[in-house]
Amino acid sequence: MKKIIANREIDVNEDGYLVDFTQWDREISVCLAGECEIVMTERHWEVIEYIHDKHQKEEPLSIRGIKKSGVINIKEFYALFPGGPLKKATLIAGIPKPKSCI
Amino acid sequence: MKNLVILGAGTSGTMMANHLVSNLPKKEWKITVIDQYKTHYYQPGFLFLPFDIYTTKQVKKNGKKFIPKGVNYIQEKIELIIPKENKVKLEKGNTLDYDILIVATGTKIAPDETEGMNGPEWYKSIFDFYTYEGAKALRNKLREWEGGKLVVHITEMPIKCPVAPLEFAFLADSFFKHKGMRDKVDITFVTPLDGAFTKPKATEALHYLLEEKGIKEVTDFNIERIDYENNKIIDYADAVVDYDLLVTVPTNMGDALIERSGMGDDLNYIPTNKTTLQSKDYENIFAIGDATNLPASKAGSVAHFEAEILTENILRFIKGEALAEEFDGHANCFIETGGGKALLIDFNYTHEPVEGTFPFPGVGPLKLLKESRMNHMGKMAFRWIYWNMLIKGIHIPFVSATMSEKGKHFDKVN
Repeated sequence: MKKIIANREIDVNEDGYLVDFTQWDREISVCLAGECEIVMTERHWEVIEYIHDKHQKEEPLSIRGIKKSGVINIKEFYALFPGGPLKKATLIAGIPKPKSCI
Repeated sequence: MKNLVILGAGTSGTMMANHLVSNLPKKEWKITVIDQYKTHYYQPGFLFLPFDIYTTKQVKKNGKKFIPKGVNYIQEKIELIIPKENKVKLEKGNTLDYDILIVATGTKIAPDETEGMNGPEWYKSIFDFYTYEGAKALRNKLREWEGGKLVVHITEMPIKCPVAPLEFAFLADSFFKHKGMRDKVDITFVTPLDGAFTKPKATEALHYLLEEKGIKEVTDFNIERIDYENNKIIDYADAVVDYDLLVTVPTNMGDALIERSGMGDDLNYIPTNKTTLQSKDYENIFAIGDATNLPASKAGSVAHFEAEILTENILRFIKGEALAEEFDGHANCFIETGGGKALLIDFNYTHEPVEGTFPFPGVGPLKLLKESRMNHMGKMAFRWIYWNMLIKGIHIPFVSATMSEKGKHFDKVN
């Protein structure tokens, strides 16, 4: 389905996750973060970069991975993306929701 | 003479030994299986042991019985895999050379990964049921427990048999009803996922079971620590769940051998090609079952389907042919729902469990994603199938290694 984000028509799935990463840019992130009542800071972008890196390498994201990332500790991760941090951070990063559901 | 070495004589390793002994020319290949443990456990039985449905005798046998003749069986701890030299080092110092290595060392619980879990209350008020020892200790506890808050908890994914914790909650509901003390027990299911079932469509279709049985649900709970002095589990967002009896599934990790040998990921699982089962780092090393990092369920049925495909691929590898990219993540699981009923789910990497009939399209007799007594009979019959067919590598009639899409209502649940 289509959704207007940052005045552009973006392809998203039923949960609002981007389905085509080529449509992503920082402006999209800022708008998606706004919908989650998150204001992006430098720390947020560092985490988004880490998430993009993992995604590119096809390495699964997990809370355990965050712990070992060296980028951020879990408490801070929760503070930056309150609620479900992995779900929100991946939404804002424009990549699919992590599949730990196996 | 060439050497094929299998590490681990659990479900996967035993199946592979049985498959390969009848497929590899005896004059050219020597097959060796190495495992330090004498006992082969029927692990699905650990779910029933705590409720006195199965006895301890029904879930264990001498592993040697299932290793076929003509296979060299070494009962010793494996010290190290040295993949660059194609060698395996054993604890007492002996070294084995291999031409092909199959890693089937499985997965283990790692309660030390969570603060406060493996402490003074371990097997007193905090239990696992993923080990023989844990399931037996929990049985003894449940025999005398007078009620209170029972919390069934998953620490983090992936875990072996992802539906087992939910089955445990369902069976606990039945168990306490039969004992006439259901009103004294409060059951809460706590999961790091966003639903009780691990697949979204199944969660939608089966949520009524939790409501029907009065089981409370806490989702998105990523445990940070257990405050065992005050009987609380606490997550990273500071959410707290109180318990009197905590039945947890600790973090699951691959064998420490994989870590020692520098061959695993964060959780000691072997990076493995998800369609061919060849390890990503070494072309003559293959991995099967719980030891892999495949995005498939860690379950005996998955290992069974993998074994059929891996056998073919080993034969292709020996002939120098391209490997078949055939494994589709096929899993087939009975889910006990209590009261003598069960569900059956059949799914793979790309298809979530849906409604339909199994194994004969349109006929059944088993119904997918619906509770029935027939499914429960299937689950109970499976213990016999396991000991007599599955680990012996005998093909189970009408059930193919790759998932069949026939007789399934894919559009119905969408």
